[in-house]
Amino acid sequence: MELYRLNISEARELLDKRKITAKELLNSIYQRIESVDSKVKAFVTLSKEQAYEMADAAQKQINEGRSLTVQGIPVAIKDNMCTKGIRTTCSSKILENFIPPYESAVTSRLSENGYVLIGKTNLDEFAMGSSTENSGFFTTRNPWDIERIPGGSSGGSAAAVAADECIAALGSDTGGSIRQPAALCGVVGLKPTYGRVSRYGLVAFASSLDQIGPITKTVKDSATLLNIISGKDPFDSTSAPVAVPDFTKVLGNEIKGLKIGIPREYFIKGMDREIEESVKTAIKKLESLGAIPVEISLPHTEYAVATYYVLATSEASSNLARYDGVKYGFRADGKDLMEMYMNTRAQGFGAEVKRRIMLGTYALSSGYYDAYYKKAQQARTLIKADFEKAFNSVDMIVTPTSPTAAFKSGEKTDDPLQMYLSDIFTISVNLAGIPAISIPCGFTSNNLPIGLQIIGKHFDEESILKAAYAYEQSTDWHKRKPNL
Amino acid sequence: MKYEAVIGLEVHAQMLTDSKIFCGCSTKFGSEPNTQTCQICIGMPGVLPVLNKKAFEFAISTGLATNCKISPYSRFARKNYFYPDLPKGYQISQYELPICEHGFLEIVVNGEDRKIGITRIHMEEDAGKNIHESTSGGQGSGNYSFVDLNRTGVPLMEIVSEPDIRSPKEAAEYMKKLRELVRWIGVCDGDMEEGSLRCDANVSVRPVGQKGYGTRAEVKNINSFKFVEKALEYEIKRQIKVIEEGGKIIQETRLWDSNKGITESMRTKEEAHDYRYFPDPDLVPITVEQKLIDGLKASLPELPDAKRKRFVSEYGLPQYDADLLTEEKSTAEYFEKALEKAVEELVKLGVRIDLKIVAKIVANLIITNIFKHLKEEDKEINETPLTPGHLGNLVSCVAVGSTSITMAKTTILDEVFKSGKMPEVIVKEKGLIQISDSSEIEKAVDEVIAKNPKEVERFKAGDEKLLGFFVGQIMKLTKGKANPQIVNELLRKKLS
Repeated sequence: MELYRLNISEARELLDKRKITAKELLNSIYQRIESVDSKVKAFVTLSKEQAYEMADAAQKQINEGRSLTVQGIPVAIKDNMCTKGIRTTCSSKILENFIPPYESAVTSRLSENGYVLIGKTNLDEFAMGSSTENSGFFTTRNPWDIERIPGGSSGGSAAAVAADECIAALGSDTGGSIRQPAALCGVVGLKPTYGRVSRYGLVAFASSLDQIGPITKTVKDSATLLNIISGKDPFDSTSAPVAVPDFTKVLGNEIKGLKIGIPREYFIKGMDREIEESVKTAIKKLESLGAIPVEISLPHTEYAVATYYVLATSEASSNLARYDGVKYGFRADGKDLMEMYMNTRAQGFGAEVKRRIMLGTYALSSGYYDAYYKKAQQARTLIKADFEKAFNSVDMIVTPTSPTAAFKSGEKTDDPLQMYLSDIFTISVNLAGIPAISIPCGFTSNNLPIGLQIIGKHFDEESILKAAYAYEQSTDWHKRKPNL
Repeated sequence: MKYEAVIGLEVHAQMLTDSKIFCGCSTKFGSEPNTQTCQICIGMPGVLPVLNKKAFEFAISTGLATNCKISPYSRFARKNYFYPDLPKGYQISQYELPICEHGFLEIVVNGEDRKIGITRIHMEEDAGKNIHESTSGGQGSGNYSFVDLNRTGVPLMEIVSEPDIRSPKEAAEYMKKLRELVRWIGVCDGDMEEGSLRCDANVSVRPVGQKGYGTRAEVKNINSFKFVEKALEYEIKRQIKVIEEGGKIIQETRLWDSNKGITESMRTKEEAHDYRYFPDPDLVPITVEQKLIDGLKASLPELPDAKRKRFVSEYGLPQYDADLLTEEKSTAEYFEKALEKAVEELVKLGVRIDLKIVAKIVANLIITNIFKHLKEEDKEINETPLTPGHLGNLVSCVAVGSTSITMAKTTILDEVFKSGKMPEVIVKEKGLIQISDSSEIEKAVDEVIAKNPKEVERFKAGDEKLLGFFVGQIMKLTKGKANPQIVNELLRKKLS
């Protein structure tokens, strides 16, 4: 049996019935990584030694009949979440040798539930990008076509899940960084409501937008992981004191009568025809399951990308100031303090990170603050209001996740604006702080996955999971596997 | 031309919390470098700040004590700049929406009441400390600097005054008043040497009568009480001189050099940092409920001004005594407790004495005798064996005449400080019971008169000052036990 092909629910059953051991499962995963990761390049660091210790510990619990949800399940973590004693790089040279002395909240919670950390996955440096081409180390490839990018910034996690190099993974999403790579790699990616999951230990890119979420093979697995990582954390003031339901409970419930909003601004002239067709077919499918499509408008959509790139870069310019060569991480020499700062940051950061630091610094500068940062905050309020208004008449909103399927490596690297437009359908969701999920909904003629995005109300992950599950169970897209 | 100064002070007060403002590290002063740090205060990747509730309450209490409005909605902002002692590359402070606004302090300068407006009070975190290797004489090559992050994240309040201060003297009085207040309500220890109270001043001058303000300079690094006046005096003179010589004041930041006694330019307006303030997305806005404000208001102690007034009206103390007794909250509380004890004992004994007289005896003992002891032993009033109970007991002994005030001030106080015994016990043990038996005293009076015929002559000739001499001699003879009132009466009778 190819154990690496398993999803969480399947592995859980086999582990608990003692048909397999945690070690066998882990062996299978590492063998799979051994055989395909030279092509996919999803991992920055493999933590084999700790993984086997964790698997042993998990097995003991399982043997005692006390297994928890992810006991013994091999999980990959995006390399911007701090793992105690295990290198956490953000795919940046400036943190190439950084070993955190503390654990992030999400990985702590996974640990408490017995997970096995297999390694840290590649990303666009500091999660800034849509293709992992901005990684300070190497580019991850799309398992469906290794000439193409896997999306980003959680490209490593999405590719690892798609290539069966792990059972499930965590990513982080600031402007689409979970959903877009999930769509491009043909897997499930969920961005929870802002405040649902603690950000403690997630290396900040844009604090008011960042949110951690699962990238998995099935909708149910996403619900399972969300159950574990959700909830108020005393170490994150922005985590919300909102009750956490069992997200798996609603799976399988009918979606009859659910109103799904179709925003006309997301179906524009000139958009990729294969994407448009797949998404429209998916909407038909939902309709056949009893959902009622309603055309809606999100009139401020056109300002989302601009708004996002002012706010996210502003916050980033401040968040990344701590990488100054003084306390930890990379330090370059200099004849005095100023030169040390400049050399360290010039050599330690990649081009895209520097571009964003400069954009954000400019936007916050005295004399420009009102025209950029403040204006963008006002636009953000309008974008949020668009969704609030829409949700008065619909239960959820359905859109394409990405305007295109996976593009070729190098295709957009010289044109940052084109790259920024990859997130055109995902960015508004972060600005509004609401949850959204991307699920596979078809393939292009080139056999590249296409993603369907379902957007929900604040703290209503249940509804989008329910709809996503209903769709998934009535289609076969998620069963297809890339040839590697 | 005559000039007047326009001064506004920005006072940084370190809050007396046990832990830092955004993490659980200790705020203790003077520990080994970098031993009071964690991933949060040293700004490691991915960490987040969580506001210390105590710090937030201290800031509100300070606002209430300085007549401020407490903002129902307030938030933190980031102040961005690079410096090795600032591990995150930004300081978490407050900018647009501070916690307190629109307050004032009342001070008295040269007998005149002055009201100094307080623009705002905001919370922020302290930075760390850079220690530079010595270039001359000391250790090391002078090539390296070290960073101590123990102080990073220690909670501060910045208390910003309106430009209402008109002289260095007023500035010093304002500082004194502010220091007294923050110490009084227990939010800051006011220690300028350890840096828990620091002050920057915005100074400008203008011809008397002119309405508009002149160009201001910011004077930084005024880190000692006595330098507040000195630094401002220097800066005002400097500005007047520049103007009178036809020059122009430039807007700049100047550093006070206490060794040279001068201020020196640090950076001009053009060189000023652009701090790129923006709301800190890691901290949710603070909403302050009226219930919390009411609770904190109710738990504020009686403030020094109110106490001073009451000491004068209720106990009939002279203003001078009231001022001295209220310089420290601990002294004021000690005074009132001792007075209460004395009255309690007298009531028990059935002795009726005017409260104001007892109060004055207690006040005198504290101001003239106990302060001296404290100074000699370098102790706080709460740190000696002489509790308010002891003092109350001593005063009641004096008031009922079981010992003399002279004995009380000397032998008995000394003994209490040494042994901690109750005064009434000491009186009995040492045989210090006052002699109020006239016949016994009369013997001593006669003996002294007989021994000093010359002095008797001079007294009778009108040298009234000699009365003290006779009293002294009699006290010596009776080892201080004679009731001075009776001694006086008998002496006058016998010598007239």
